[in-house]
Amino acid sequence: MTDMSAQTEALGSLLTRDRIARWAPLLVLVALVLLFPFFEFLADLLAGKEHVYLLDSRFFSIRNGARIGIAATPALMVAVGATFIIIMGSIDLSMEGTVSVCAVLFAFAFLGWGGTLASWAWLAIPLALVVGALLGFVNGMIHVRLKIPSFMASLAMGFVGTGLALLLTGGDRLRVEDELFRSLLTVRWLNFPIMCYVALAFLLLAWFIQSHTALGRNFYAVGGGEQLAQSSGLNVARVRVMGFTLAGIFFAVGALLAVGRIGIAETATGNNFMFVSITAVVVGGTALWGGIGGVWNTLVGVLIVNVINNGMVVIGLPSYVQDGVLGALVILAVALSTNRKSVTFVK
Amino acid sequence: MYALNTVDKHFPGVHALKAVDFHVGRGEIVGLVGENGAGKSTLMKIIYGAYQPDGGSITIDGTTMRFQNPRQAMNHGIGMVFQEQSLITNLTVMENIFLGYEQQFVKFGIVDWRAMAKAARHQLAKVKLDVDPATVTSQLSFAQRQLVELAKVLTLEERIDGDLVILLDEPTSVLAKEEVELLFQLVRDLAKRASFIFVSHRIDEVLELSDRIYVMKDGAVVDVVVSDEADVDDIQHKMVGREIDKEYYREQKQAPYAAGEALIRFDNVSVDSRYRDISFDLHRGEVLCLVGTEGSGREAILRTIFGLETPTSGAVTIKGEQVTRFAASAGVARGVGYVPRERKVEGIVNGMNVYENMTLSQLDKYSDLGVLRVGDEKEMAKVWVDKLAIKTPDIRKDCGGLSGGNQQKVVLAKWRSGGSDVILLDHPTRGLDIGAKEDVYEMVREMNAAGVGIILVADTLEEAIGLSHTIIVIKDGEFQKRFDGTPGAKPSLYDLVHHMI
Repeated sequence: MTDMSAQTEALGSLLTRDRIARWAPLLVLVALVLLFPFFEFLADLLAGKEHVYLLDSRFFSIRNGARIGIAATPALMVAVGATFIIIMGSIDLSMEGTVSVCAVLFAFAFLGWGGTLASWAWLAIPLALVVGALLGFVNGMIHVRLKIPSFMASLAMGFVGTGLALLLTGGDRLRVEDELFRSLLTVRWLNFPIMCYVALAFLLLAWFIQSHTALGRNFYAVGGGEQLAQSSGLNVARVRVMGFTLAGIFFAVGALLAVGRIGIAETATGNNFMFVSITAVVVGGTALWGGIGGVWNTLVGVLIVNVINNGMVVIGLPSYVQDGVLGALVILAVALSTNRKSVTFVK
Repeated sequence: MYALNTVDKHFPGVHALKAVDFHVGRGEIVGLVGENGAGKSTLMKIIYGAYQPDGGSITIDGTTMRFQNPRQAMNHGIGMVFQEQSLITNLTVMENIFLGYEQQFVKFGIVDWRAMAKAARHQLAKVKLDVDPATVTSQLSFAQRQLVELAKVLTLEERIDGDLVILLDEPTSVLAKEEVELLFQLVRDLAKRASFIFVSHRIDEVLELSDRIYVMKDGAVVDVVVSDEADVDDIQHKMVGREIDKEYYREQKQAPYAAGEALIRFDNVSVDSRYRDISFDLHRGEVLCLVGTEGSGREAILRTIFGLETPTSGAVTIKGEQVTRFAASAGVARGVGYVPRERKVEGIVNGMNVYENMTLSQLDKYSDLGVLRVGDEKEMAKVWVDKLAIKTPDIRKDCGGLSGGNQQKVVLAKWRSGGSDVILLDHPTRGLDIGAKEDVYEMVREMNAAGVGIILVADTLEEAIGLSHTIIVIKDGEFQKRFDGTPGAKPSLYDLVHHMI
């Protein structure tokens, strides 16, 4: 009798709410990766074809893995930028505008300064990063100085960005056809294009910032307790502005990879990034009220979102179903990660 | 009519109410007084249904009652007029009066505003307040809002059959003298309709208004006095009279402070609407205690030293340098550490581990060009965990999971490890059990011995007297008196209370 209760207690402490919330995203990812081949297996079986589970899967193949990687990298960069902001307990919705402006300005500069990475045109890359940083900085200043809630300030900045991009291009598409630049997509190491490795490098950089710099620590402090951060002598306003600036830089990296992927920069380059990146951050397990989560969570989240998108294409479901499923997933993720006992009112 | 019979209430580590007997007669006005922490608010919460007693019973006209929540208590005629006003300021007066009870004016899903206004006017007439019920509440003065609050409670008269008991929690704390008079007149008139329980720390007012007065101390009712036969001094003695254990506060370890240059000097410092013309010196090795009631300006003085409030006049000098820029970051840079009252809000970051919390105020010291030296952080944390005997399995443990006393130690370690030599303690022992309190007292003496100056806002008066070298009494933002707290010549509780209220 006593043994029984001791056992359940041990299990109870092993499966605490925190632990479940922490590992759930990864489990979901693994489950999805095994689920889609199963659907294929079923479909083939019903059609009377021979099919070996996993081995014959179109989904579970290196080629498809690379496809998911290519689709995911720009979104990963944007989502990593948003992660820092969400850890602070704020939110940044300016990514679509920022990505468009960065992509378009990069293309103009790149084409204008020689059109190939082998010339001075490579300067267009740092330029794009600076532009991203600048937009993020302005965004942060508007939020902090005018005391406008971050979601509103950034949403408005996003619209301004989209408008600016349209103004610059006049609705035209800019083609970036430099082979050297496009090698981001075309050159593959171990079956994966270079852009995946670039994204991995920036992800490691983001992880380093998150866990090994004072700034990263400050993000968690502001998200975990803003009053406390202030009464520990932190300059919270400065931390916020730097957070938005940093996010802007990652948005710019996302813009560069997006241009590298399709070879076109236009106003529409930024489309869809908002939904995908915020979804990814939240599904990955970073808490919306701040202080909990990190860039590895975001990696898992981005993969979940892209695996669902890709898998649904593979098993032949229409795209509008995908959006619906992702929306439901966001609600599920937030519901799972919210401790409703400690939250009395939600506005 | 209404009675509490040997009511008990426990909280983790605290016996908040000890066999309290309390009764209110029909049409009676009963006073309730006691120091902070004597159990007044717990008792009130039991009366209006926010807490349930662990032992004893509540009876109304002899029938035993058990209230699960304030609404059930209200349905039996018990109303509460809150000190922090509970009106929603962006709604109109009538909406506030009938908040939660609008159903009576609803026909086919539509609110009949005219009927509600009429009913509201009727309620307002009871408290003799002549305002349009459609006025938005934020446009009323504080005193008017207090009356609306009372009118809201008086709606119980129409709603229920039995007698009414109305609790007034510190209703006069922000009223002007004439307004207090008006309120008292009104309460006396209303005593025909309802019984009142009047809670206040202004003993003279309690004496003036009430028929009988309950005096509480340490969770028990120590006396019930008939107000015609009592005086202020008498009640004050009953509120505080108890022996102080010198060992408990480590008085034998209280050493004289260094007489040299002051760590902090306040020279006629004022912050508008908080406190005026406060002057004092804090020396190395000194504990200076600010004593006063809630809202007397004690906390605002701490916040000024730390840099969270900017003085409107006067000069603050820290270690010989006059402060010109008031910001928390500047305070930290000058070596001031602040241990706030709300540990969960301002003390430790939940979700951050022990060493991350300790270095939060000094990340510059533990990083090169923004890159942290996590090894050094852990090293330092280990040293302080040993030094202060912080009970944690690991320095990677989430601080939110530590006990209150250990959280407090982490906060102290944060400032001490950063080399702060001025420590501001705001209710450092609030919510701690006795062992943890003694640990804090021990640390206060150790810090003194290391040359740290401490400004304390104590949880109880005994604590203030037991710990401090110097006591400054403040009332309504104004300096009252300075006491010397050398062991053997410490002021008595009564001396302090006398100047506080």
